[in-house]
Amino acid sequence: MSSLESIAIVARLTLREAFRRRLLWALAGLTTLIIVLTWWGFSRIAEVSPVTGPVEMLGVSQVLVMLAFMFSFVLVMTAVFAASPAIGPEIESGLLLAILARPIRRSEVLLGRWLGLAVVLVGYAIVAGYLEVGAVGLTTGYLPTDPAMAPLYLAGEALVLLTLALVFSTRIASVAAGAIAVVAYGLAWMAGIVGGVGEAFNSEVLRGAGIVARLILPSDVLWRGAAGALTPTQDVLRGGGVASPALYKFSPFSGTEPDAVWLGWCLFWIVGVLAIGIVLLRRREV
Amino acid sequence: MSDIALGPTARPTPAPASDEPTIETRELRKEFGRIVALAGLTMTVPRGEVFGFLGPNGAGKTTAVKLLLGLSRPSAGEGRLLGAPLGDVATRRRVGYLPELFRYQGWMTAREVLGLHCELARLPRGDWDREVRGALDLVGLAERSDDRTGTFSKGMQQRLGLGVAFLGRPELVVLDEPTSALDPVGRQDVRRIIGSLRDRGVTVFLNSHLLTEVERICDRVAIVDHGRVVAQLAMADLQREQGTSVRVTGIDGLAEKVAARYGTARVEGEWLNVDAIAEAEVPALVRDLVEQGGAIHAVVPVRHSLEERFMTLLGVDGADGVDGADAAKDPDAEPASTGRQATP
Repeated sequence: MSSLESIAIVARLTLREAFRRRLLWALAGLTTLIIVLTWWGFSRIAEVSPVTGPVEMLGVSQVLVMLAFMFSFVLVMTAVFAASPAIGPEIESGLLLAILARPIRRSEVLLGRWLGLAVVLVGYAIVAGYLEVGAVGLTTGYLPTDPAMAPLYLAGEALVLLTLALVFSTRIASVAAGAIAVVAYGLAWMAGIVGGVGEAFNSEVLRGAGIVARLILPSDVLWRGAAGALTPTQDVLRGGGVASPALYKFSPFSGTEPDAVWLGWCLFWIVGVLAIGIVLLRRREV
Repeated sequence: MSDIALGPTARPTPAPASDEPTIETRELRKEFGRIVALAGLTMTVPRGEVFGFLGPNGAGKTTAVKLLLGLSRPSAGEGRLLGAPLGDVATRRRVGYLPELFRYQGWMTAREVLGLHCELARLPRGDWDREVRGALDLVGLAERSDDRTGTFSKGMQQRLGLGVAFLGRPELVVLDEPTSALDPVGRQDVRRIIGSLRDRGVTVFLNSHLLTEVERICDRVAIVDHGRVVAQLAMADLQREQGTSVRVTGIDGLAEKVAARYGTARVEGEWLNVDAIAEAEVPALVRDLVEQGGAIHAVVPVRHSLEERFMTLLGVDGADGVDGADAAKDPDAEPASTGRQATP
């Protein structure tokens, strides 16, 4: 049996489970509700005060970024709570014993689990993200800096947390794995603010601390990318009275899209952490 | 459960490619930190036999099963399963396994669980339907096939686990406590299924605490204690190992000496117990006792049970504290087979 086939079997099993356990339905229902509310809310805003000038655009952009942050939070929590019980508890309960006795490697089980959950998260991020950006654009006419990339950065952020929680789940009880992943996410977010302060006030120490934190857990790189992609263009910022765009972007609800080096690091980080997870799972007694 | 002939693997299992044992281990050792779970397991399981693997709690039985199936890596030693080194992934296609801790996806139906294992075992897609239906019939779950397994009782889950283990014509079936959650009817069904597997040339590796169960269905047993095999014996040999008890009076002190020529003798009151005596020599023993002035009141053949052998090998006088003596817990258990107390 090829590795890809084995990974695909486990990924399909994971997807079926997400579907059967109504995770997909819950996400779809909530997203629909949020999109409808967004449409309604922004339509009311546009009625009261037509979004024509840069000041109104700036205001709309802030609401959109806050909505994106909510989606980011939902994605991260979904990733953590779906991944943290995905391996360890299934070994302890005996559920994985019957599967591991089949011609399938542990690495294939881990990668299949990751792939199945990744499809759920990326699919949700893309569908919900584009619908949200589209709803805001159609009701207000606001067009952010890079609307096409914003949902992809959110998806990437979810993949980082998915990877972290899944690897923790190979060795740690699900509650602890989930809690540690959530705390790590919060710390990375705070470290991003610290780094932003360092950028804004030209502090090498704070800037360095932010960079180290992003290297350890690059979730904030991708969140800032999403926020940056949804912020207004430079013309809108200047027209809205933002004197220093660099200073503006140190806020945790704004940011800059990551360059190719940071994107490469995010990819390398995910692959590297998954490799560590494979080693940990191989060495685990079942 | 249905008749065996209707099982998923009613087609004959292909004959093994070689006479190589199904399982062969040499000094297989497993340590968890400072704890030695398996001290050095050396055993051979011939092809096509039902092999019982016995031992008290903590003897290393489940650890050994996991090592054999490649679920755990040995700290030292080596072994082969169906001709391949332990841990070989491809070999698992030819093995069925019911874990001691059986649990299946509660959100799936029984039919879906079996389908998943058909896929995992890489059975040809065209065979899945027949395999699944056969397994459901075999373990008596056909009527509950479309119910979620989360609604199943423990016994039904174990039946499902047996169905999973029998999918795809395995050459070796490893059953870890296969009747722990079953009622007497279910146990009888399992015994019948195992018998049918043996008839088809499938090797069954049975890890069980229930000695009466093992005694009924196994061809050979290994008794493991403190991580080592302390005995490996064929059940046919055990049955041949008979003894004789003679109730004799009138030759105090001489009886044991006379009987020592024929086997291991000891006197308990008026009873002279002689172990390992050939059946043909019993008349000669009686004649010698009479010639020495003994009065014979009774001559009783004694068959040693597996439980007695188990206790002897483990150096345990009674059943207390030893799982192997769980015959007492076995509602299916027959009366003790030792016949000394029988009335002649």
